[in-house]
Amino acid sequence: MIEIIIQISYLVATALFILSLKFMNKPHTARMGVFFGVGGMTAAVVGTLLNPHIVGYEWIVVGLVIGTIIGVPLSWVPLTAVPQRTALSHAFGGLAAGLVGVAKYYLWLEEGALTQFRTGAIVLEILLGFLTFTGSLMAAGKLQEIIPTRPITYKGQNLINLALLSIAIIIGVYLVIHPEASFLFPALIVLSLLFGVLLIIPIGGADMPTVIALLNSYAGLAAVAMGFVLENKLLIAAGALDGSSGLILSIIMCRAMNRSFANVLFGAFGQLQTSAGTAEQRTVKSATAEDAAQIMENANSVVIIPGYGMAVAQAQHRVRDLYEHLTKRGVDVKFAIHPVAGRMPGHMNVLLAEAEIPYDRLIEMDDINPEMSEVDVALVIGANDVVNPAARHDKGSPIYGMPIIDADKAKTVLANKRSMNAGFAGIENELYYAQNTLMVFGDAKSTIGEMVKYFAGESGM
Amino acid sequence: MHTDFLTMVFVLMLATFVGLEIIHNVSRLLHTPLMSLTNAISAIAIVGSIIIAGEQHSTASTVLGTIALAASMTNIVSGFLITDRMLKMFKKPGTKQS
Repeated sequence: MIEIIIQISYLVATALFILSLKFMNKPHTARMGVFFGVGGMTAAVVGTLLNPHIVGYEWIVVGLVIGTIIGVPLSWVPLTAVPQRTALSHAFGGLAAGLVGVAKYYLWLEEGALTQFRTGAIVLEILLGFLTFTGSLMAAGKLQEIIPTRPITYKGQNLINLALLSIAIIIGVYLVIHPEASFLFPALIVLSLLFGVLLIIPIGGADMPTVIALLNSYAGLAAVAMGFVLENKLLIAAGALDGSSGLILSIIMCRAMNRSFANVLFGAFGQLQTSAGTAEQRTVKSATAEDAAQIMENANSVVIIPGYGMAVAQAQHRVRDLYEHLTKRGVDVKFAIHPVAGRMPGHMNVLLAEAEIPYDRLIEMDDINPEMSEVDVALVIGANDVVNPAARHDKGSPIYGMPIIDADKAKTVLANKRSMNAGFAGIENELYYAQNTLMVFGDAKSTIGEMVKYFAGESGM
Repeated sequence: MHTDFLTMVFVLMLATFVGLEIIHNVSRLLHTPLMSLTNAISAIAIVGSIIIAGEQHSTASTVLGTIALAASMTNIVSGFLITDRMLKMFKKPGTKQS
């Protein structure tokens, strides 16, 4: 009887999780999604607590309390740090899966209940869980800049990684054939942990959005593997939902950078290109913040193209002020969002939403590009590679083929930048030398602030 | 055992298709909150950890289970809370800032 109640609670939880994700379709129903998600989780946890195999609740309470104590402050991080938090929680997810796998292996070993099927599932769980654990810790470290964000490469790297993975797989297969060969089990754990580290080390900061999405997928697959170990369909279903979500997001990220998975994982992007760019001195035209403000004031339409540099400079709120002043003057202001703007999928949208910019003003790249030639002013703030026209035509450029926002097609381009240094990928941006481009030099926060002051002063009179 | 295994593969297959279909329709605006929400949902691993921490078969398994339980609970709590915090920021078009 109790078993049936537990299974029903899992069934309800699965349905609520699916509905929860479905509500994420649209911004105005999305908060319902969280509500349903919490409901599903509560159903699952309560159902599990009824399990007759549980003999004591004291350690369960300890775990729940510790998790809450760590979890609550982790949800207060600034939005610029959300990518790190996400990577960290993938790490926790991987760790949990790995540890449950270890516990189950030794318990069954003791009871003599290790079947080949169970061992196979445990091997997968260990591999995925622990590589997600260390890999995500590395990714979090890179995002937090505790670990150098540049790709760390050495000779024969891919060969070593491949060899490590092969050894782990051979050990795994051997364990499935001989489940009692427990002396090999710790080796599998160590290799999985090591592989996670080595897999992420050569990946540069620019690829982090893809890597986070990929690790998301692995964390989901680790939960699926745990479901097979425990023969629990709820775990399989919820893990599969997470895994497919990570998969879709990583495909979107890869497409947005015109790269393949293999290229992200083994390519060590943005390091080896010794600036092949022509070193000729070209001249740029520059303008003051006040000039720029006047140009925008006389425009009918302005498209703002934000990059992560805007968030680094903490300029979002000034940008919001600018948006309001321009809108008040009847200028049509939109924001063009490149899929990889920011450090994880959708990051820029969240950063702008925090600054209280209405979400119907945030336009995706594919939707804004056809309009760009009609736009009077494109204002580029802290973005670089995503507006570099070289991606369209320069076959020699490392970013060739990457979809970009066609800022150069606007009648006037205003590009805010601190100096003429090259961007994240170390590539010259020809947009800055174009006939219709005016550079507005200076820190994003103070430059946009000056523009806002111009408008504020004007309306004050 | 064999029918059990096939049932599980069935669940995996169906859930993957459902997942791909649903996630595909999620607004790109919300990909960051989506990720923190799926984070919290995949912390359903807590179910496995609870049983291991509660069975108390051996000291080692109880310790491992409790750590796994704490890690999953961290993801559940922080995942749902931060998702809601981010979603609150998406202002409906036309509403003035508060």
